[in-house]
Amino acid sequence: MSRVGIIGIGHTRFGRRGDATVQELAFEAYREALVDADLDPALIEATVIGAVPEYHKQRSVAGVIQEYLSLTPRPTWLTEAACASGSAAIRSGWLAIKAGVHDVVAVIGCQKMTELETAEILALMGRVGDVQWESVFGTTFPGYYAMFTRCHMHEFGTTEEQLAQVAVKNHHYGARNAKAMFQKEITAAKALDSDSVAAPLKVYDCCANADGAACVILAGEAAARRLGGARTVWLDGMGCASDSMSVLRRGDLTGLPAAREAAAQAYRMAGVEAADVKVAEVHDCFTIAEIMAYEDLGFCDRGEGGAFIADQQSYLAGTTPVNLDGGLKAKGHPIGATGVSMTCEMVSQLRGDCGERQVLGADIALTHNVGGIGQYCFVHVLRRD
Amino acid sequence: MFERFGRISYCAHTKVEEFVRHLESGRLMGSCCAACGQVTFPPRADCAECRHGEFTFTELNGRGTVVTHTRIESAPAGFEAAVPFDLAVVDLDEGGRLLAGFGATIAPADIAIGMAVQVVPRINEETEESQVDYTLERPGTGWTKSDLP
Repeated sequence: MSRVGIIGIGHTRFGRRGDATVQELAFEAYREALVDADLDPALIEATVIGAVPEYHKQRSVAGVIQEYLSLTPRPTWLTEAACASGSAAIRSGWLAIKAGVHDVVAVIGCQKMTELETAEILALMGRVGDVQWESVFGTTFPGYYAMFTRCHMHEFGTTEEQLAQVAVKNHHYGARNAKAMFQKEITAAKALDSDSVAAPLKVYDCCANADGAACVILAGEAAARRLGGARTVWLDGMGCASDSMSVLRRGDLTGLPAAREAAAQAYRMAGVEAADVKVAEVHDCFTIAEIMAYEDLGFCDRGEGGAFIADQQSYLAGTTPVNLDGGLKAKGHPIGATGVSMTCEMVSQLRGDCGERQVLGADIALTHNVGGIGQYCFVHVLRRD
Repeated sequence: MFERFGRISYCAHTKVEEFVRHLESGRLMGSCCAACGQVTFPPRADCAECRHGEFTFTELNGRGTVVTHTRIESAPAGFEAAVPFDLAVVDLDEGGRLLAGFGATIAPADIAIGMAVQVVPRINEETEESQVDYTLERPGTGWTKSDLP
């Protein structure tokens, strides 16, 4: 089976980017990826954009970005899978190459979330669930994850202290990532003392809206060997699954079935097991989401996620280091950019470019990108030969 | 008609809009597939089991058990004056699941996973438009039923 490789990566600073439009953010990431790949842009055959349209004043951003990148009349299209739009875009680019339609594809995840007024954000937040049967009662995004948290606590004895430890870890690494939104360590006491958002989740259990973009350049196997050489990182396991949007049609609320399914697909395709993963990026939109990810991905057994962070097994020196770039929690979560950002970080780790955050000898890495409360999940296994 | 369901509505039109009239009359209705008899809550026009497109409404007793819950402190649009408020996911004894807030018969401190609740239809008088929903109440809580409006 022919492979698809990543030959270039680019990443903007995440955070409040009042200085740039969404297409300017996309350009920053694109330019950095071209330089990283030392690639002639004439070789790019198509672009895939990952973004969530309702956050942008500018409508139909794929075409706007393509124009700003001076890549017209080459094909471009948008992929949307809520907070997993970035990974959906990577999958879409991967499919185009696997199908033999394109050989070199630029994938850009981007989002500008801070241009909306607070009232507009609250209105959007009020529609994250099933609008017919749930939103009418005042549900919110933190509210759904809070309900997962309650089930996890009830079933497995997970504690608020363990949740806080996830935030402490991710801020610890965010403080060492020059592109992160929050580059400051926090204490568990500070996290535990923060205001309640949706009990039992507090401010420091939640990631922040951000602006930013990230770009990866994908190439078919022969082109990747020619253009990317030994630095190429391969997309060897591509898992993708869905689940109900509504919690009313979910059975178990202590994990995400779509994540388990996507992980099984990705491990099978890559011919690896959870224990082979040397470093991972998981979707910590809320601290409980990282704990559930440890379990759904098989880094630990079901119910052991709280102990996994308490024992620091997801730190650099642990069994499976997770979110060494600060995660969504400290790096920020520009929703369309996140999946591509995770991929950039894993490519850097596999190349050995992460400095004090580097996992020595990393050869197999994983990204886990969740849309909504688990109605989409993409798990990708990346490998360096 | 369906815009009358809930404090804030995003969904005016649905094939199950008669649900609202039944709720106004004090009846919590699920859907029953005309072909295979599958009973579903929330009601749906198209059977999830056999894909048949015809259904009838069937009354549910509204007894259920709390699966999980949260207290919303940071309000979405339309709920600014309501915070803090508690929400729960409830498994209905007769099948299906719903999400709702709590009524006056249950104190916030008493809310717990596994507790029994009664779903009670409620017509909201304080809102400008006629508006109806349901709340979670202590088992045994009664309410009046009327003929279909």
